[in-house]
Amino acid sequence: MVYLTLFSIVKNETEAEDAAQETVINAYRHLASFRGEAKFSTWLTTIAINEGRKKLRKSKGASEDSIEEQAESHEGDYTPAPLTDWREIPLEALERKELREALRIAVAELPDIYRQVFTLRDLEELNIEETAQALGINPGAVKVRLHRARMMLQKRLVPFLKTTAPARKGFFGRAL
Amino acid sequence: MKLDCKHVWKHISEYIDNTVDAKLLEEIELHLEHCEICAAILDSTRNILILTADDRTFELPVGYSERLHKRLAKELERS
Repeated sequence: MVYLTLFSIVKNETEAEDAAQETVINAYRHLASFRGEAKFSTWLTTIAINEGRKKLRKSKGASEDSIEEQAESHEGDYTPAPLTDWREIPLEALERKELREALRIAVAELPDIYRQVFTLRDLEELNIEETAQALGINPGAVKVRLHRARMMLQKRLVPFLKTTAPARKGFFGRAL
Repeated sequence: MKLDCKHVWKHISEYIDNTVDAKLLEEIELHLEHCEICAAILDSTRNILILTADDRTFELPVGYSERLHKRLAKELERS
């Protein structure tokens, strides 16, 4: 989980792996400072995020402020793509490699603040509070960013499915 | 009050996370029963989350664990 969190920050496999190793080493060294106020996974994620930001500063030579937070834009189109096609995509379509690749690319191309929240919530499965704590933002911002990230991904992937999915009836249950 | 589609879209993420209040939940479900477009948006968004959680989508690089263990062993030796 540490690696994927770091990849969402540094967007480079080698750097993410190196930072993941540093995170585990740092966590081991500072284990005594873990007092159980947060869940262990949240504590570890916070260390990982700090390592990731450190890497970014090093590689970009940027000041902390400039990479810390991007301005939250109230503009932009965060509405989903209103198509009905996806309902007709059979379950096996989700098994396709190209679709997973398209999702990886779409996530990598999300603006940083959205990608980080999406990664912690939907990939690492931290809850809203834990995500807020790990990123040092408020829970309201987590909800807004998560919603926008999911809508951006939905919009990005629906046309992809539309052009590649076989045109036959199927169903996909609503249960998650 | 009858919800329009845009109102439903605004709450799709919270609906998926089951964090909408009971009254809104009922209104959204009523809307989804009759609106194929919103039902499709909901399904597609959920499918993305299913794909995201699929271990094959976001994999660790080959040899990741071995390299991590090697590095840890080296650190432990040094300390």
